[in-house]
Amino acid sequence: MELYMALTIGVLFAVGVYLILSKSLLRIILGTSLVTHAIHLLLLTTARLKTGAAPLLGEKAESYVDPLPQALILTSIVISFGVTSFFFVLAYKAYQRLGTDDMEELRGREDE
Amino acid sequence: MNNLVVLPLLIPLLTAVVLIFLFKKVQLQRWISLVSLLINIVVAALLVGQVSEKGIQTLYMGGWLPPYGIVFVADMFSALLVLTTLAAAAGCLLYAFRTVGEKREKYYFYPFLQFLLAGVIGSFMTGDLFNLFVCFEVMLISSYVLIVLGGSRRQLRETLKYILINILSSALFVASMAILYGTIGTLNMAHISVRVAEAQQGGMLNIISIMFLIVFALKAGLFLFYWLPGSYSVPPTAVIALFGALLTKVGLYAVIRTFTLMFYHDQGFTHTIIAWMAAATMILGGIGAAAYKDVHRILNYNVILSVGFIAFGLSVATRESLDGTVLYLIHDMIAKALLFILGGMMISAANSSHLDQMGGLIKKYPAVGWMFFVLALALVGIPPLSGFTGKVLMVSGGIEGGQFWLTAVAVMSSLMVLYSLIRVFMGAFWREDPMLPVTERKKWPVSVYVSAGALFIIVIGLGLGAEWVYSFASQAGEVLSNPSIYIDAVLKE
Repeated sequence: MELYMALTIGVLFAVGVYLILSKSLLRIILGTSLVTHAIHLLLLTTARLKTGAAPLLGEKAESYVDPLPQALILTSIVISFGVTSFFFVLAYKAYQRLGTDDMEELRGREDE
Repeated sequence: MNNLVVLPLLIPLLTAVVLIFLFKKVQLQRWISLVSLLINIVVAALLVGQVSEKGIQTLYMGGWLPPYGIVFVADMFSALLVLTTLAAAAGCLLYAFRTVGEKREKYYFYPFLQFLLAGVIGSFMTGDLFNLFVCFEVMLISSYVLIVLGGSRRQLRETLKYILINILSSALFVASMAILYGTIGTLNMAHISVRVAEAQQGGMLNIISIMFLIVFALKAGLFLFYWLPGSYSVPPTAVIALFGALLTKVGLYAVIRTFTLMFYHDQGFTHTIIAWMAAATMILGGIGAAAYKDVHRILNYNVILSVGFIAFGLSVATRESLDGTVLYLIHDMIAKALLFILGGMMISAANSSHLDQMGGLIKKYPAVGWMFFVLALALVGIPPLSGFTGKVLMVSGGIEGGQFWLTAVAVMSSLMVLYSLIRVFMGAFWREDPMLPVTERKKWPVSVYVSAGALFIIVIGLGLGAEWVYSFASQAGEVLSNPSIYIDAVLKE
């Protein structure tokens, strides 16, 4: 199971990095979301995908899955939500003010 | 257990929350943020006193013993850095009062400044790796806002790049943490150190340590600094001073903590890589500082140069060089804040950041001129001034550790600092050029002079009172060179 997850994560990373290296700003932001998805799955996977009950004590099971990575992922998801929404608004604002979403044209000159 | 440990984090956090409600009352915001910073300085000084008397102070959040709960640790290194952070931030805040513009002040400038401080101080104090990530994000998100606040075209453009690079490095941070957790199953720094020692660092753990190095090097501008010169030249001076003094140093702190506390077993591998990165940073930073005629660029490359220099102290990793690293880090935070403030004053006096359009400022602004000159000498490390003790310890540690080439590069980098800053001094203050437009003598508000003067006094004081400061710094160096002190303090029964 971990092997398949590792392959999926690898593909997500590859696609994310490919998108980040492109010219258009929106593709770059999509790329960052894909990379974030990849790291969240990675967190889940490296903590071992053994079968067990959901981490609720009411389940009264023999064994539970590891609760710690789930808490870490939850934290990380919220943080990346915040940053991504800020990034989107910034991209919108930059498009309004600068009139382009092409990173080549956003290189910048000193005389602005 | 000591609740004083969390106060330096709690005070800016509460202040920020209060300031959000007062966003229209600019005058009140200024006073509240200044008073809270001053109180915090007193608290941090008390904390330093306590740590020097009773050793490492810890606070187990919610009473959960480590490694199960989050622990806040104040050893001498982090306590000193917190105190220095607050002093540098107070200088930047005073400078911001009348220079940053009413419009920014009404749009939550002060709350974000306090949130930034909360993030920085949290990063210094925490004893948990994931908590370090969260504090990093608190700091970074505030820094995104502070960079873009004002919304000029240049700011928007550079913020896009700054955010992108930091999202990526944060993603890499979580990825390396995930792999570390999968390998040794803990996130508490002291406990990680124990487990790494048990597992005999090598193979997988070496790779994880290099991933952490890449992450923190991206934040600190250690070799991976290509984002820094652009991003640090767009916001107003007070913000640049804050960033130049604090943000890269948090990355450096994380590098130092990682490679003195957790991954110190295979120094032949990890520290050689840090040494190469440090050398490259010093060389490239030196070239950048010498190449440009734009004051912002020169100062930004000076930040990069000093990051390389501090990493050199870490890579040697003898007791002496670690003492020197602590001393130099403290000096550098204060000195860089002052350097950017004086640079901002020069730029606003000449109405240009280009050296060709400055000149003859010494007649109108003798105080600024001579402060800049003395500060340049302090940054180079001329004996009675503050940069000297740290540099001497690091260089002699480097020679003792047998790193002759690296030490030679470090010493040469001091020359580049001297060259670049004296070039700014001569270009801006001495040269009289009849072709230059005559600008009227600018009168700054009192708060600007107070901020520059206070930081200047600290820089002089750090130099003259070097022996007294050293007694604290050597206590910090002791913990860095002997991680078992830290581990015992955190994981005691």
